Amino acid sequence: MEQAMEKIRTRVSLEEHDVKDVHSTDFPGTYQGYDDSWNQKKFEKNFKIDVKRLTDSEMEFDMIGIDTAIANAFRRILLSEVPTVAVEKVFIYNNTSIIQDEVLAHRLGLIPICADPRLFEYRTEDQEEPTEMDTIEFQLKVRCMKNTHAPKDATDPDELFKDHKVLTKHMKWIPIGNQADLYGKNAFRPVHDDILIAKLRPGQEIDCRVHCVKGIGKDHAKFSPVATASYRLLPEIKLVKTVEGDLAELLQTCFSSGVIEVEESNGVKRARVADARRDMCSRNVFRHEELKDCITLTRVRDHFIFSVESTGVLPPDVLVTEAIKVLMSKCRAFVTEMHEQRSK
Amino acid sequence: MNLFYIITSNLLAKMDQTDPKDEEPVKALEDKWKLLPAFLKIKGLVKQHIDSFNYFTNIEIKKIVKANEKVTCEADPNFYVKYLDIYVGMPDVEESFNITKSVSPHECRLRDMTYSAPITVDIEYTRGSQRIIRNNLPIGRMPIMLRSSNCVLTGKSPAELAKLQECPYDPGGYFVVKGVEKVCLIQEQLSKNRIIVESDRKGNVGCSVTSSTHEKKSRTNLVVKQGRYYLKHNTLSEDMPVVVVLKAMGIESEQEIVQMVGTEDNIISAFAQAIEECHKLQVYTQTQALTYIGNKVRQRRVWGSSGGKKSKTEEARELLATTILAHVPVVEFNFKVKAIYVALMVRRVIQTQAGLIKMDDRDYYGNKRLELAGQLLALLFEDLFKKFNAELKMIAAKTIPKPRAAQFDIVKHMRQDQITNGLVQAISTGNWTVKRFKMERAGVTQVLSRLSYISCLGMMTRISSQFEKTRKVSGPRSLQPSQWGMLCPSDTPEGEACGLVKNLALMTHITTDMEEGPIIRLAFNLGVEDMHILSGEEVSNPNVYLVFLNGNILGVVRNHQRLVKTFRVLRRAGYINEFVSIYSNQAHHCVYIASDGGRVCRPYIIVQKRRPMVTKRHIEQLVQGLRSFEDFLGEGLVEYLDVNEENDSNVALYESLITGNSTHLEIEPFTILGVCAGLIPYPHHNQSPRNTYQCAMGKQAMGTIGYNQRNRIDTLLYNLVYPQAPLVKSRTIDIIGFDKLPAGMAATVAVMSYSGYDIEDALVLNKASLDRGFARCLVYRKQNCVLKRYANQTFDRVMGPLLDATTKKPIWRHTVLDSDGIAAPGLRAESKQVLVNKSMPTVTASPLQTQAGQPQQPEYRDVPIVYKGAADSYVEKVMITSNNEEAFLIKLLMRQTRRPEIGDKFSSRHGQKGVCGLIAQQEDMPFTDFGICPDIIMNPHGFPSRMTVGKLIELLAGKAGVLDGKFHYGTAFGGDKVADLSEDLVRNGFNYLGKDFVYSGITGEPLSAYIFFGPVYYQKLKHMVLDKMHGRAKGPRAVLTRQPTEGRSRDGGLRLGEMERDCLIGYGASMLLIERLMLSSDAFEVDVCSQCGLMGYSGWCHYCQSSRNISSLRIPYACKLLFQELQSMNIVPRLALSKMID
Repeated sequence: MEQAMEKIRTRVSLEEHDVKDVHSTDFPGTYQGYDDSWNQKKFEKNFKIDVKRLTDSEMEFDMIGIDTAIANAFRRILLSEVPTVAVEKVFIYNNTSIIQDEVLAHRLGLIPICADPRLFEYRTEDQEEPTEMDTIEFQLKVRCMKNTHAPKDATDPDELFKDHKVLTKHMKWIPIGNQADLYGKNAFRPVHDDILIAKLRPGQEIDCRVHCVKGIGKDHAKFSPVATASYRLLPEIKLVKTVEGDLAELLQTCFSSGVIEVEESNGVKRARVADARRDMCSRNVFRHEELKDCITLTRVRDHFIFSVESTGVLPPDVLVTEAIKVLMSKCRAFVTEMHEQRSK
Repeated sequence: MNLFYIITSNLLAKMDQTDPKDEEPVKALEDKWKLLPAFLKIKGLVKQHIDSFNYFTNIEIKKIVKANEKVTCEADPNFYVKYLDIYVGMPDVEESFNITKSVSPHECRLRDMTYSAPITVDIEYTRGSQRIIRNNLPIGRMPIMLRSSNCVLTGKSPAELAKLQECPYDPGGYFVVKGVEKVCLIQEQLSKNRIIVESDRKGNVGCSVTSSTHEKKSRTNLVVKQGRYYLKHNTLSEDMPVVVVLKAMGIESEQEIVQMVGTEDNIISAFAQAIEECHKLQVYTQTQALTYIGNKVRQRRVWGSSGGKKSKTEEARELLATTILAHVPVVEFNFKVKAIYVALMVRRVIQTQAGLIKMDDRDYYGNKRLELAGQLLALLFEDLFKKFNAELKMIAAKTIPKPRAAQFDIVKHMRQDQITNGLVQAISTGNWTVKRFKMERAGVTQVLSRLSYISCLGMMTRISSQFEKTRKVSGPRSLQPSQWGMLCPSDTPEGEACGLVKNLALMTHITTDMEEGPIIRLAFNLGVEDMHILSGEEVSNPNVYLVFLNGNILGVVRNHQRLVKTFRVLRRAGYINEFVSIYSNQAHHCVYIASDGGRVCRPYIIVQKRRPMVTKRHIEQLVQGLRSFEDFLGEGLVEYLDVNEENDSNVALYESLITGNSTHLEIEPFTILGVCAGLIPYPHHNQSPRNTYQCAMGKQAMGTIGYNQRNRIDTLLYNLVYPQAPLVKSRTIDIIGFDKLPAGMAATVAVMSYSGYDIEDALVLNKASLDRGFARCLVYRKQNCVLKRYANQTFDRVMGPLLDATTKKPIWRHTVLDSDGIAAPGLRAESKQVLVNKSMPTVTASPLQTQAGQPQQPEYRDVPIVYKGAADSYVEKVMITSNNEEAFLIKLLMRQTRRPEIGDKFSSRHGQKGVCGLIAQQEDMPFTDFGICPDIIMNPHGFPSRMTVGKLIELLAGKAGVLDGKFHYGTAFGGDKVADLSEDLVRNGFNYLGKDFVYSGITGEPLSAYIFFGPVYYQKLKHMVLDKMHGRAKGPRAVLTRQPTEGRSRDGGLRLGEMERDCLIGYGASMLLIERLMLSSDAFEVDVCSQCGLMGYSGWCHYCQSSRNISSLRIPYACKLLFQELQSMNIVPRLALSKMID
């Protein structure tokens, strides 16, 4: 009974056809004999963050001992409320390429711009002129020419033409006001310099200037700082019965590689759960009638394996801290609002 | 002749060689579907149209001219014009007088010209007493079908096509007339010159023959009345006893008549009464019979006939020879064959009545013929050519007797425009009027739909039936088993045209006409005895089979099996055209040979001795390019079967189904579907109506229409910004190049319920996906402007923008204009802004009054081309050109980019359409363990009732394909197996059912169900909210009634109709009724005189000449109008007013 209760409280269980116990139940008074009320000490004791992997663009970390709502808030904020800088206005002086003006502007908008959004302010709607505090300007001016030195039998456009591919490397930063002094010579640029914007043919030209402003992903996905940010719950696999022989090998194939190990002792192959974390929860065990009852699949309710892929604008760890800051400022705003309401 | 027998016997001997390994099971032939692309490579998707047109321009047109080669004149017996030959040249355009240049179809499209080529003739004629030969004399212009033998595009490589701004995937087969692409729809008709035995509504068995020759079309019926047989024809005022007809045809002996009809007991007894009747009528000899008939001939003026009066007998004889059963040739009044034909008709009816043979089925596809552009044009051209010659004759008759200085030269009177205009007019309006057949058909051509590549292809394979759409008949609409493989079983519209409009299947070919002469000779060589030398007894002898060629009796044959077999052997060996079909009908005791045009046929692999003739080696050679489809045909590995011959064959669907009786093997089962149905992945898992729905919707999907889409200026053109090739392909997709010109995008779909905005098939879209360009589309629209020159030497002009006096900037309406007065490319036009600032002289008809000494200064009136639209557009490009009709033609292409919004329509490839019900933020979307969130959330309630299992499999195949980085195939009746796809998923760590563990994006908690999750190909359909949304507070009113206008295009009001009014009456909301029906509509203050009850005006009653009893009323304007209209027809409506008392 105790055990079953504990399982319902802390685990999400994966059955053959559905998922059981999906909702958090750790509210005070849900279970008799449990003190589910929140207290700082208990939280501090249980709460843990464990960074598993961190590169320039990707990060995986475990967040343990926290309520789903909070973990989800971080995910949602990462997706849509951590600001970045992206192209917002495109001034087209000449575009004789095959690509339509609007489509060109849309493509430019989606290019991640390497600029620290913390250095900038939001541009207000009524504001007419761009200032150094809220705008970064780039120029894109490419004209395709025939390559006069191309071999006669060439068919490859790379040989035949010059500048027939408009890439992000063609985008030239034009400092506004004192931006050059403040941030240095090559402070702002697109994250990647090989993103294809358009293709040209001799005589065609793209000449435009773009204004980049600060914004959030809620407004437009181009401002989202992450390629994606999500979490999964830590899988937990328990062998209820011992699985031996060919069945053990069958069991191994039912999971992602490295989840189940088959040990051989005394000439008997026996399955053992080696690393449940690696499992992608495909639940393919349930295909096999003979294995169905040997195993329970659950996931730990408060163990979130976060994965944050940055677009390259900011390192992922910075994004996470930014997300936390956003949440904090929201809470602060909420608290002040409540105080104000009360004082009225 | 000897040589011929040697060939035949050799071939037969070869066939009879026995194969030693006879009983082994037949191994499946891998990759035999590769024959299909090989077939399409030589045939193309629209080869029917092109073949038909080529046949017309190269062969049939010459035959037509040959048939009408001489024009003579009664005024001068020496005068004649003789056509020696006729040619259709290459398309060109006359740029200025006598200077022509070759023209490309695309130039014609852009410049609103007709893509046509000159028709030239070689003639021999007399001028005075001289005989002159003139070569290459133009008589008119022929619109040229794209990619036909006379088109500049034929045989061009893709690079050369690109130079001509043409798409290599464009199928051709249509015309460009006045800049519009026009297709001649394939017309389905009952086949001509065949005996069809049917029962009428009362259950009486009858038989009918529709004869059709170049000159005449007529219908002859054989009916049974009180056990007697009558011939019915609309030139005869009453039904004619058959025996009388036969006697009139010279079969006077009743014994012979009976022998011809049949000497079996039951036939004689059934026919006895008919003979008796003839005796009653006292008709014994041919003359008597002819007189009898002659008295019953309906009197009418015969068109164009000259010559003196004919006697009744002669008239009857003429009628029998040329009009009744017109297709049976009668040479010098030798009625033998025709008499046998009539006797056979009687015999068929008697046999059917006795139940010995079955009635013919009108809907059986072997009894249908498809009429294509070539045949239709031939009809039209012959009519025009005859008219042209008649006119020449008339001119000659008028002019020759007159004394004149110069000698009469007929060439000077040959007007080109009659033939040119006749052809252009017919194709551009679709009204086919052929005087000599009294044919009046509308809607023969249609504008080629360029909504998407598929809609264009779909249109080229469309077949329209002659049946009336309104008739509620199920027979012609239902799917006939004989349509198997020839017509697509899925692709037909819903609603009134259901089953009447059909589409060709992938491998269908339509035959063109063929020479009969060689076939007749061959038949006689193969032991057919000529009808002319046989007596009646021999014809109905049970031991012989009658041999027909295209509905005409050739003769009889004793060993019909040998005839059919040899004939087929010769055809396979290439001695007879591959499209000639032969089959025998046991019940009819007949062998039918058909070489006429319009039969549908398709290729099959020949099976002999349980072995398909096509082997693995052949396919390998095909893949290596050492073999073409023609080689397969030429070597007798593959042959074409038409519907009738297919019916006589035993076709195995798969190798494993080959039995000892099998004669043929299907090349690929999926070829029974057409182009549109071929796009559906796993269609064999879907409920069949869903495939039909998709066939209709695939034509509305946006995407790409061709490689030249950016060079086109169409009235309306939809493009997708980022079209994608489908992840789950089919062989058809590869073959028709849909992956090169796709219409749709791969969307990651989660099948789950979300919010409540997904009921009734609505979809939930991910906002971030839309931000990133999902389903974004471009809409191009054309604006046209013509600058005219008028009779009084004035002309339209285009002025630069008007400048504001103070700011020196163009006024708002003119901000889009360039300095030349035409909108500048790249600028944004808002509604009501001017695109072309055109002005027009106020006086265009009468010559200008010139004041002395002053140059002419006509007054101008502004007639600007104004942009109208709910959303702004950008000017994509401006084209200024001219053509023969218009000296100055301006075309503007306007562009809009649209992002999907709530209410836009989407559909998958399984007839599952839905509108966007909600656009959800990405963070609110559910996500999987991998962090994937869907582009589209689809409600699972769409599945149980629709039973589109194919969609489920498409999702699985798409998911497996994405994980392995490859395309999967969902070809009909094949495709990748679900079990294999599941294994692929398992291998990549996914659930084998395709169901993922998903978290809610809103709460962050896992969902309690596993979600079916994966990519599905979605189409954006052309129905968008932006084009449909409409509302009005106040706005324009109709002039006559002063009520609000109707319809979105006129910014009309929303009608409160009768039923809504009834609701309000029932509820008793009288004030609301007053408001809706009068105040908000056409309230009108009217002054009424209470004395006379008539309406006055501004407080004065004109009738009473006083203002004493005037009261003011508020009535609907329509009511006032009614009163006045009644007054105008002398009915006086008087209004009785009384004081309102409290």
